Formats: sequence, C-alpha cells, structure tokens
Amino acid sequence: MTMPDTPLNLIGAVLTLFGSMFLFLGALGIIRMPDLYNKMQAGTKATTLGNILTLMGLGLLMPGWLPKIVLIILFVLITNPISSHALARAAHKAGLPLAKGSVLDQLREDEDAIAAFEAETQASSGKGVDG
Amino acid sequence: MNRLFSFIFITAVLWLLWLVLAGSLNAQEMMTGAVVAVLVTLLRNDGPCLLGGPEILHPRRILYAILYIPYMMRAIILSNLDVAGRILKPQVAINPGIVKVKTRLKSPVGRMVLANSITLTPGTLAVDITGDTMYIHWVDVESRDAEAASRKIAAGFEKYLEVIFG
Repeated sequence: MTMPDTPLNLIGAVLTLFGSMFLFLGALGIIRMPDLYNKMQAGTKATTLGNILTLMGLGLLMPGWLPKIVLIILFVLITNPISSHALARAAHKAGLPLAKGSVLDQLREDEDAIAAFEAETQASSGKGVDG
Repeated sequence: MNRLFSFIFITAVLWLLWLVLAGSLNAQEMMTGAVVAVLVTLLRNDGPCLLGGPEILHPRRILYAILYIPYMMRAIILSNLDVAGRILKPQVAINPGIVKVKTRLKSPVGRMVLANSITLTPGTLAVDITGDTMYIHWVDVESRDAEAASRKIAAGFEKYLEVIFG
C-alpha cells in the first residue's frame, strides 16, 4: 500500500492501527488472565472491538469494500459472543473451576442445590419414579 | 398470514444480503440470489428468529433498534478500555465470580440479544441461562445480590430490548 495521502486514508490507517492494538491487548489478556473465564473476557471483548476498528479502517482505505465490511462487522457482533458463551458454558458444565481468589459461583451453588433436591426427593419417594 | 409475512420478509433480507455480497446488479446475479434466498428460507426451522414477524416493523421498535446501536457501541468501547486497563496493570486487577441476574424480557430472541450484549460489555460474560435467570461471569463482582446485579448489568439494555423484542 502507498503512503496515506488523503485524510480518509489517514483516518483509515489510524483506525486499523488502533484495531491491531486492541487485538494485541486481547492476546496479552489471554496469556495474563488466571482462568478460562477471565481469559475469555479478554478474548471476546478485545477481539470484537479490534475486529470492528481494523475492518472499519480497511473500509476507509478501500471505500468499495465498505458494504461488505459492514456485513462482516454485523456477523462478528452476532456470532462472537455466542461462541464465547458456548465455550464458557461447556467449561462450566465440564467442571472447570474458577481461579483462586474468585469470590463466588452462584451457578455451581444452584446446580448443587438442584442435585441435592433431586437426590432427596428420590430418596423419600423410594424407587418409584424414574427420571 | 403471519407465516407468509415472515417468509417474504426473511427471503427479502437474505436476497438483499446476497446482492450486497455479490456487489453487482446483473440479472444472473439477482436470479441466483432469489433462488438461494427462497431455498434457505424454506430450509430454516420454525424456531425463534432474529427477524421475527410483522411486529418487528413497528416504527417504535425500529427507532429503539436504531438508538440501540450507538448505546451498544459506547458500551463496547468502554468495556474494551476497562479490560485493557485490567490487563496492563502489573498485578492483573480482578475480583471474579459468577452471579445470578434476573431478566424481565419474555421473548427468546430478546434474551439471546441481551446475553450477547452482556458478553460484549464491561467485564461480564454470560455463562448459562435457565428460564429468566442468567448466570454471568463478572470480572469485578460488585454485588452478590441478584437484584442489584441485574440493575447494574442488564437494566440498561433491557430498557431498549423490551421495546424491540417484547
């Protein structure tokens, strides 16, 4: 690519730079955070904004691509949180513990309470009903 | 009537999508796009759909949907600066945990968009949902009480999503 010579190109280049900075921060967060859930916090958010800024910058450098780029941004905005949600849920179901120093886990508490309740009703109703 | 409307609506949106991606308006492109759009609409299942039925075109809903975009952009930028700040501190600054949040939203699509929005905003990540209770991983737990957590995490989005999706 040639040097930015119009204001639009300059803005595009700056946006792309900021975008790659956020993508870098996301990668750094994945290394530095203590457990999967916190790593994902860094992963999801930073990559979303990083993607948006990088793509917007690209769109300004290449105005012809703008409509497609807007579509890609929409796609990322909808799918990115869904994938991280699926990962976090799978991790929690698989029993991956939260990092040391986490203050509470109400999902585990509720799951344990439901399991205890089911065990209790099963015990009190004998072997009558099979789930 | 309702089904017919959503069929036409979804086909039209898909066709538009095809034309934008194809980037041309010649007859061949438009024909192929139309065939594919109808096929995809026929193959979709009848579950909740982001495009919804005719009620989605209500002016009030569209207005709130448009207002939601800058609100969301602001939230995404704030969340990134927040997480970036935590990552760059010499000692990673977190106080994490999973809290319960109750949502007022009734429609499945509305709840999906709410969960997505929560995941994209400062320090919160949706982990699971059962009925109207969402379990949110929070980088910096400020409140253990479901009410207060709901107000802090979800209330801002619900104001908009309640109108958009019901």
